[in-house]
Amino acid sequence: MSRTLMLRTPQHVLTGGLAIVFLFPLAWAAVASVSPQPGTAQISGWGLGNYQTLANYQAGVVQYLINSTVVSGLTVAVTLVVSVLGGYAFALFRFPGRNLLFLITLAILMVPYATLLIPLYVLLNELGLQDSLIGLSLVLAMFQLPFATFMMRISFEAIPAELREAALIDGCGSLRALRHVLLPAVKPGLITVGLFAFLAAWNDFITPLVLISDSDKAPLPLAVANMRQQVMGIVDYGATEAGVVVLALPCVLLFLALQRHYVRGFMSGALKG
Amino acid sequence: MPPTPTLTAAPDGVAASPAAPGRRPRRLSPALTGWAYATPTALFVLIFFVAPILLVAQMSVSDWGLFTGDRGLNAPENFTKAVGDRLFWPAVWFTVKYTVVTTVILLALALGLALVVQESNRWTGFLRTSFLIPSALGLASASLLFYALYSPQSSPLGFLGVESFLGTPATALWSTVTLIVWRFAGFYMLLLLVGLQGISGDVYEAARLDGASRWQTFRHVTLPLLRSSLALCTILCVTGSMLAFDQFYLLTKGGPDNSTITIVQLIYNMAFFGQNNLGRAAALSILVLVALLIVNVLQFRGLRDKES
Repeated sequence: MSRTLMLRTPQHVLTGGLAIVFLFPLAWAAVASVSPQPGTAQISGWGLGNYQTLANYQAGVVQYLINSTVVSGLTVAVTLVVSVLGGYAFALFRFPGRNLLFLITLAILMVPYATLLIPLYVLLNELGLQDSLIGLSLVLAMFQLPFATFMMRISFEAIPAELREAALIDGCGSLRALRHVLLPAVKPGLITVGLFAFLAAWNDFITPLVLISDSDKAPLPLAVANMRQQVMGIVDYGATEAGVVVLALPCVLLFLALQRHYVRGFMSGALKG
Repeated sequence: MPPTPTLTAAPDGVAASPAAPGRRPRRLSPALTGWAYATPTALFVLIFFVAPILLVAQMSVSDWGLFTGDRGLNAPENFTKAVGDRLFWPAVWFTVKYTVVTTVILLALALGLALVVQESNRWTGFLRTSFLIPSALGLASASLLFYALYSPQSSPLGFLGVESFLGTPATALWSTVTLIVWRFAGFYMLLLLVGLQGISGDVYEAARLDGASRWQTFRHVTLPLLRSSLALCTILCVTGSMLAFDQFYLLTKGGPDNSTITIVQLIYNMAFFGQNNLGRAAALSILVLVALLIVNVLQFRGLRDKES
């Protein structure tokens, strides 16, 4: 035991060093955001001055956090509802146009964001959804649909046929069978789809950049990016670091809590893909 | 409105229970029930995907300003003006260069990492998590983080002796590639890890019995069996890099001297920054869509030929 450990020590040092390189930028941002630095709100001593700057920037970080939370929550909810119903339909029913609709849904993946955002900017105006968090969430949910629908379809297809049939023969209608029997069976798929939709919506930058022009409605990434360019062109790096910490913290915590599902989501996608 | 049990005959050939029909009145045909569940998907796809595609096609042949709206057809002026833009060819060239550099470095590193963590124990579990954490961050957050990391005022990287991380075209490119490698290496490592774990231990055992060295085993056993995973990673990485936007918009703003403008940035600038010409941006974005489709068809074809 100790001999193999000795033999492996150089490898441990090397790989450990590599891990530090990957962890360093995040750790640095967390430390730098509270450490003294000229040109920021935290000139001397350690403290939360940079977060103070962030809290008082224009509409305030709380407003931007609310915007991001609303957008992420709506995107997750819409993605889940649409993809569960769609996945159920694609997996268990035969209907005309089924394959065509599924293919078109997957084709969303093939089209660049920019190609869709230019016409969507015009289209949302016509729908009265310009500059609205609802419009933004609907567009973000659309971007999630290929992965989400695919994931829910394979989840429903993986349910043993006996379970489906038993539920239906017990006299449940297809909707009740879905709610009471099938939905619990696809829970891992739901968590993966929800997690991916949340991370994508929370972090998306180009979509709000194009669709949201009222700065009070900006989600957090856009607000932090805008904040850099304020104060007569002088960049406040301290506030930027604080903004990165606020942006990254929920994602990192969620990732650590649901790492298993995150990994499995990629794996099932990769295996089939 | 509950349909009868037989209505949900599974598409994968599961026979419907013969006892069921006749017990309840048929209310909805399976096709109608199926469509009812698929309606939200269909509406979404129609309103937010098919309609925009049709609209972008119309915009690309119209004189369509950001503030003026549609002012009638003008084909093919948008396309000729977009290709004739003084930044068009530099942007194409830079995007291609960036795509090649990123894909090669990222996949080589991801493969290395996957080989390092392929055994399962506590130490590799810690390593996997460390490599993966950056991929939980958004690309925009990661770009803002590196923006501060690279700034002369706050950078802790002075010991590297780099004079300016974003000051010259070459350092700006490499600094951005570093950011992307940091953000995505874990993600591609994970995809390759799935491929590695699909290779049976017997194959390695056979290679060992044949007296193959570690390098020979890697070159002639691991790599060929990993081809489909590598292909998936290549396609994802090439597509992502061709459409790069966030990292350059936030980190270099296309500078210095427009040396790091990518093609998607050019679309954004044409539409919302300076030119305010939605028609021209639409034309350019259609060209990008076509280029992307061609590149992906070629990649699929190349991979299929190799397999046969």
